[in-house]
Amino acid sequence: MSSILDADFFAALLSGAVLAGMPLLFAALGETISEQAGLLNIGLEGMMLLGAYAGFVVANWTGSSWAGFLAAILAGMLVSMLMVVFCVRMGQDQIVVGIAILLSMEGLTSLLHAAQFGTSYPRLGGVTQLSIPLLDGIPVIGPSIFSQPAIVYVGVILIVAVGWLLYKTNIGLNLRAAGWKPVALDNAGVDVLKVRTYAVLATGALAGLGGGYMSIVEAGIFVPFMTGGMGFISIVIAMLGRGRPVWVLIGAFLFGIALSIATALQLAGINIPTDVVQMLPFATVILALIIFVRASYLPSALATPFVRGQR
Amino acid sequence: MADAADGLGLPVGRGIAHSVIALKWLSAFWRAVGPVVYALIAGGVLLLIMGRNPIAFYATTFRSGLFTWAGLEQSIIRLAPLLLMAAGFIVAFQAGLWNIGGDGQFLLSAAMVGGLGAPMVAVMPYWLALILLCLIGFFVGGVWTVIPSFMKAWYGMNEIITTLMMAFIGINLANILIKGPFLSTKSLVPQTDVIPFKYLLPYVPGTRIHVGIIVALVVLGMVHYVQTRTSYGLRLRILGANPKAAVHAGINVKRDIMTAFALSGGLIGLAAAVEVLGVWGYVRADWNPAFGMTLFAIVFLAGLNVMVVIPFVAFFAVIQIGGHEAARQAGLPNDFLLLLIGLILFFMVLTEWGRRKAWLERDRRRRGRRAGGSGRAAEGAVTNE
Amino acid sequence: MTTPDTQAVASPAPPAEPPIAVELCGITKTFPGVRANDCVDLALRRGEVHCLLGENGAGKSTLMNVLAGIYLPDEGCVRVGGDEVAIACPRDAIDVGIGMVHQHSNLIPTFTVLENLMLGQGEGVRLSEKKALEGLKELSATLGVEVDPHTEVGRLALGQQQQVEIIKALWQGSKVLILDEPTSMLTPQGIADLERALVELKKRGLAVVFITHKLHEAFSIGDCVSVLRQGKLAGHISADVLRGKTKDELQAMVVDLMFPGEAESLAHVAELRGEAVSEGSRRRVSDAAVLELHGVTVAAKRGEVGINEGVSLTVHAGEVVGVAGVDGNGQRPLAEAIAGQRPLAGGDLRLLSKSVKRLSVGGRQRLGLRYVSDDRLGEGIVSPLSVALNLVTKRIGAAPFWTHGRTQNNKIDENARQLVDEFNIMTPDVHTHAGALSGGNIQKLMVARELCFAPKVVVFNKPTHGLDVKTTAAVRARIRALADGGEAGALVISTDLEELLELSDRVAVLSRGRLMGVVENRPGAEREIGALMIGETRGG
Repeated sequence: MSSILDADFFAALLSGAVLAGMPLLFAALGETISEQAGLLNIGLEGMMLLGAYAGFVVANWTGSSWAGFLAAILAGMLVSMLMVVFCVRMGQDQIVVGIAILLSMEGLTSLLHAAQFGTSYPRLGGVTQLSIPLLDGIPVIGPSIFSQPAIVYVGVILIVAVGWLLYKTNIGLNLRAAGWKPVALDNAGVDVLKVRTYAVLATGALAGLGGGYMSIVEAGIFVPFMTGGMGFISIVIAMLGRGRPVWVLIGAFLFGIALSIATALQLAGINIPTDVVQMLPFATVILALIIFVRASYLPSALATPFVRGQR
Repeated sequence: MADAADGLGLPVGRGIAHSVIALKWLSAFWRAVGPVVYALIAGGVLLLIMGRNPIAFYATTFRSGLFTWAGLEQSIIRLAPLLLMAAGFIVAFQAGLWNIGGDGQFLLSAAMVGGLGAPMVAVMPYWLALILLCLIGFFVGGVWTVIPSFMKAWYGMNEIITTLMMAFIGINLANILIKGPFLSTKSLVPQTDVIPFKYLLPYVPGTRIHVGIIVALVVLGMVHYVQTRTSYGLRLRILGANPKAAVHAGINVKRDIMTAFALSGGLIGLAAAVEVLGVWGYVRADWNPAFGMTLFAIVFLAGLNVMVVIPFVAFFAVIQIGGHEAARQAGLPNDFLLLLIGLILFFMVLTEWGRRKAWLERDRRRRGRRAGGSGRAAEGAVTNE
Repeated sequence: MTTPDTQAVASPAPPAEPPIAVELCGITKTFPGVRANDCVDLALRRGEVHCLLGENGAGKSTLMNVLAGIYLPDEGCVRVGGDEVAIACPRDAIDVGIGMVHQHSNLIPTFTVLENLMLGQGEGVRLSEKKALEGLKELSATLGVEVDPHTEVGRLALGQQQQVEIIKALWQGSKVLILDEPTSMLTPQGIADLERALVELKKRGLAVVFITHKLHEAFSIGDCVSVLRQGKLAGHISADVLRGKTKDELQAMVVDLMFPGEAESLAHVAELRGEAVSEGSRRRVSDAAVLELHGVTVAAKRGEVGINEGVSLTVHAGEVVGVAGVDGNGQRPLAEAIAGQRPLAGGDLRLLSKSVKRLSVGGRQRLGLRYVSDDRLGEGIVSPLSVALNLVTKRIGAAPFWTHGRTQNNKIDENARQLVDEFNIMTPDVHTHAGALSGGNIQKLMVARELCFAPKVVVFNKPTHGLDVKTTAAVRARIRALADGGEAGALVISTDLEELLELSDRVAVLSRGRLMGVVENRPGAEREIGALMIGETRGG
């Protein structure tokens, strides 16, 4: 029975936090892009699910995790096309369509999994880790944080990339304008629907990647409904992040800790019943929301469809 | 006085007026039923792709759910909690409040009712216990909405996220209660103590359907009355239609948000109580029928109308009961139904869009103008200048 | 389509007309239920300010929206330099050199001036701030304007925001500049600045379209005037005629074009007279105060101006107090704070001598406070609800419409029928959903609702904004009648000085969230008011 302040405990906590937080990072980054452009993706979890499934299947079939990640990205984009068609192009209610996406993807992936694998649950081999020389030598933090599958580093790079995209490029300016005042963007001669389409597709790609990460790296298998609320936690992280990718990183990491703390505690010999463990991340979210209730602000044109000529 | 034929611009002759009304009724009917039919067809195609026989599937579904006496009884029994839960959603949605956490409110109430059930019937007349337990279910469901509704009312925090989080917490809390303080020592499987069969909700005479269905229908009638014929109902409708106008009209928005949410959660909690007290008599750990998510499509299809929702929920109950059997026979997981519900929602969205487009086209043609190449997104109809 | 020939006879060989930059030919645009433009022709010449005149609802904005690519015409075409061009979206209009400054702000309040300018102008991936800064500097110099490129637009005064919009429109469109009712948010000083800027732009050969519903503006600013009436071109007054005739002659001509045969009955309507001139108020005002503000301050929301310095004002029974000021200087926060929709940041509010600072909106309504909001569709009515229900939305639960919470539909309908009749609300039926009514009738509905049930204090926020002349006259008559009754007091917030001078006993001036002063409505008041409005900062 080791003490809770043991180095092993922290190491386990940190590496677990990164492991659990990555899907949140990807999905929340994607949702940030959508929210900045004025769209709320309630169906984010559905995009993650199909990404998880497709990623797993392809990785299992080809033996390559990168092929799996690519498949996950494409799957996520495919699902987000539903948002593009129904919400961006047709201007239908984003909440209803989001729920439709969530339910159909839950049903679809469960069905496909049953059809393909029946009751067998094939496992993927582990993913190779990449270590950053020097940094990985730091005690405790080194091996847990700086020795990760390559995809994690991709994630960190994406944080920087999305930040640059949103605030230093024309497309980013257009995106944010679409979220605040699409009429102004339209009158400036930019195709609002196209901008929003790109935003949603980017979200789908990132959400799919997040799902793929869950099945390929985190669990190594696909289980129906495996996203278990991660999509919604990602939406919360995006809301609290207020359009700043760095805050998304911090948020994802913090929630990753909440998700992994139970396992780390177990290693330290403290056993917590599974139900409490499962409850912890969501209770953390509620707590965070209560504390930061004033902090989250969202672009004014969120969840409002854009139709030219309408007042 | 608006003439029945006004809307379609046709001349008013007696016979024509009648057929016009019939046409309007038919289109309203198809608007509601169409998506379901399309979804069933799409689902059938999917079944084909997976190598199952869709005709056999649907036949088994309807046979097991509707056309056998036992199946029909099961469907009606299933109807009770579904109706109450649907009413709970409608109350919230009509007020513009997205109470997505229904499953958490349901399960937590169920756990409380299941846990307190056996002890209570042991110390008081069972009919009193049943009534109190129903009230407890109502209360617990309502209480579980307080945090999200408070945050929404006072801070404008998006309730979709908060109710959903509370749902996850509620489901896990329910399990903690069942495996903890409510754990039965008399069973090998983790569950609450069992309420003796004779103390459960009585049957409707002549059937094996418990009176929960009566309770549900009566409650639904009451909800409908409140919604359409009282000042409270009007206030909630205004809140849902235009929150700014509600403030402007002097409506106490904060109070009404919280009461609407509490009522919504309460009805869902009552649904749980009815299910536990009518069907099971106990609650097993890790049990989650997850009625909530799937009722959304139904509730929207019914246009958030408490009376119209009854046939839809009935149909859904049949699909659930019959589909369970059909899926089992076809070797498919039950979750096929989730897909079906998702498809129904999509087709519903499509039909709405199609209707709106068709109306705009028809209106344009009726005025004898050229459609004029308006390629872009539909133009607004209201102009200030 | 008729273009009455209004050439003056006496003048010798008229000077050559400047070349046509853009031409609209036979533009027709319909929306469900209304023909907004009916075969309209318009020629915009370089170096000329072409005034588009007509009352609210005549189709002026719609026509220009067609030119700007926001609406697609059902018939007709646009010619640029003689060649027909297809303008199917705003991008096409910009490409052709047409820039428009709309009535409602097109700027994003949370973006900086520079970001707003860069919107839609970008080439390549990266934002090119340098290019934007250069362009800003150049155009600012031309217009004689100074603006900090890195300020958030929401923090600028509305007049400055408009300057930014003009710069952006100029940057986009080098041939045609369309200004849609630009003076409603300008102080007299600001209007003078605008006129100077227009002179500069004319020199550069720009064709300017100036949309307005005020006659005197059309004459003072325009080089030629086109009058629209109910979607049709009622007449065109060319440059020579404009120069040749006297003001009175022109006025008579235009009134005849806008309201054929009704010139007599409309002679006194504010917009059709000349500049705002006070004729003084003849009402007897009592001493009883019905509304008192003591040092009231109100916090601003994002992107707007609040009430920053304590406002103290009293409205007496039988009095109309006007609140003048350019739009966006704290009017809405003030109105909402009085109504209770917003909390007071400081100071006190008294209704009938009772402090209501902490009283809810409903509580204040029960005391007799009424509020006619300027946001008709946003909060004034509930669109999907019937006209009948909308008339009682502020009395939900009260007798006789509700007994013990139960709705009495027959009483509600009866009340509605009576009010529809009395206030002349045009609706097919009391059960029609309110959203289907025209803007004017929605306003009448709101006025009916607020005035029908024992009002003691009524706050009107921009009560005739965007309304046609007849409805405007009707609403103003109601306000007058309210005060003439002697029991109630009215606070009329308006950006329309003519209106305030017509209605008020006293006029308060609001500028940048401060009360600059209160002026008695007597001959000469307009100058005092103007001075108070200017007395703020320049460039605001």
